[in-house]
Amino acid sequence: MEKNKVAANCKVLIIGGSAGSLHVLMDILPNLPAIRSFALVIVLHRKHSDDVTLEELLKIKSKTPLKFIEDKMPFEPGFLYVVPSNYHLLFEKNGTLALDSSEKVNYSRPSIDVSFEAAAEIYSSNVIGILLSGSNADGTAGLQAIQKSGGTVVVQNPTSADMPFMPNNAIQNMIPDYILTTEEILKFILLING
Amino acid sequence: MIEDIELDTFINDVYEYYGFDFGNYSRASLKRRVNRIMQLDGFSSFYDFLSKVKYEADYYKRVVDEITVNVTEMFRDPSFYKVLRNEILPVLATKPFIRIWHAGCSSGEEVYSMAILLNEAGLLHKSILYATDINSKVLETAKKGIFPLRMMKDYSENYRDSGGQEDFSNYYIANYGNAKFSEDLIKKMVFSQHNLVSDTSFNEFDMIFCRNVLIYFDNDLQSRAINLFDQSLSILGFLALGTKETIKYSIGQGKYKQVQKEKLWRKIK
Ligand SMILES: C[S@@+](CC[C@H](N)C(=O)[O-])C[C@H]1O[C@@H](n2cnc3c(N)ncnc32)[C@H](O)[C@@H]1O
Repeated sequence: MEKNKVAANCKVLIIGGSAGSLHVLMDILPNLPAIRSFALVIVLHRKHSDDVTLEELLKIKSKTPLKFIEDKMPFEPGFLYVVPSNYHLLFEKNGTLALDSSEKVNYSRPSIDVSFEAAAEIYSSNVIGILLSGSNADGTAGLQAIQKSGGTVVVQNPTSADMPFMPNNAIQNMIPDYILTTEEILKFILLING
Repeated sequence: MIEDIELDTFINDVYEYYGFDFGNYSRASLKRRVNRIMQLDGFSSFYDFLSKVKYEADYYKRVVDEITVNVTEMFRDPSFYKVLRNEILPVLATKPFIRIWHAGCSSGEEVYSMAILLNEAGLLHKSILYATDINSKVLETAKKGIFPLRMMKDYSENYRDSGGQEDFSNYYIANYGNAKFSEDLIKKMVFSQHNLVSDTSFNEFDMIFCRNVLIYFDNDLQSRAINLFDQSLSILGFLALGTKETIKYSIGQGKYKQVQKEKLWRKIK
């Protein structure tokens, strides 16, 4: 595995998940040190439109400080960003974040595809996208965009996913760089963090 | 996906042919919107799309309507309306006359929500709600006060979560899948077209709403809009933005004081 090359290049690690992915994050986040060299972005589908509890929860679990996203805020390495409910997260060329409350995509807002595609567009080969458990087709097109622009694509091993549909859908439609269990995802992130 | 240079061409040509300037809209969002409309309308060639925009004014109108995001709801973010009800309306109540501006009102759900709050606080008779948008189509809907009946379940929940105690269905008449809101509310509203990119201030207000509009603008255009609101707001007036929007990058600290943790600021100087 050419993880060293991947590691040196990574500016944005973006993780997308739906049903069954929260506990994967709960297994991974507390075991990561504070990350300095890249930004960590989490896009999770959620049921409730008006809640900040997910942000609060991930904030507690993460040693990397969490920034509550506001529109046009600077996007910086060394922070954890969790996409707020009811908005899509986009990236601007000038290094800021943008929110968008337009139509749902794949029945979802936030949509994983939208943020993956937007990250690929701006950060191209410096993006690593990880797709976790879920029962929705969201994420596949986004991973394809990341791969096409030279980034690295990781899919949770469907056998280790509560809801294998989402990772399976990706695997059926593309060839990910890595297919990893929860534990392997943790090791992978530790490795790229160097 | 269109290229950056194609997006620039689109922006320039729209400005040249129609005088509308998308140049300071959020690039990331604008690009998605242009891609989306091209896909919706089955264009694979950017230049075919562009020439239709340039030479067919009706099609240009459609494109602008589709590019601007009009997603809205009544009592959007109920906790915000709760603070309005409990903290802001008692302050506005002391005024002899209350002028409100909803900038980027879309199809009006926000305006009707505010009118309902004013009504319940016994203030509607001395209030006037100016509601503006660039999109003429949504303004037509807003003027009529007719919204899909199927939305009323969600809206009455939002209404209750915002502290509403009445029977929400008293505010509208249900008819053929539509909910027509009361004339008593509508007669206090004035709708007109206003462009935050190029138009100026047109009155002085006690409160300005501009929620979920600035997210579609870049930093410069956000600053322009915020300064326009600043010029249009009386001292001690209130400015309300969307839950993820801020004035922090646009206007000097010390001029505004935030109300609790809401996206609500009071002009103190
Ligand atoms: C998402 S809606 C917000 C509706 C409502 N304020 C809310 O929060 O639910 C955004 C609105 O901004 C309007 N808009 C976009 N550009 C504008 C401009 N330059 N001037 C005025 N309104 C604009 C759009 O037409 C759209 O109706």
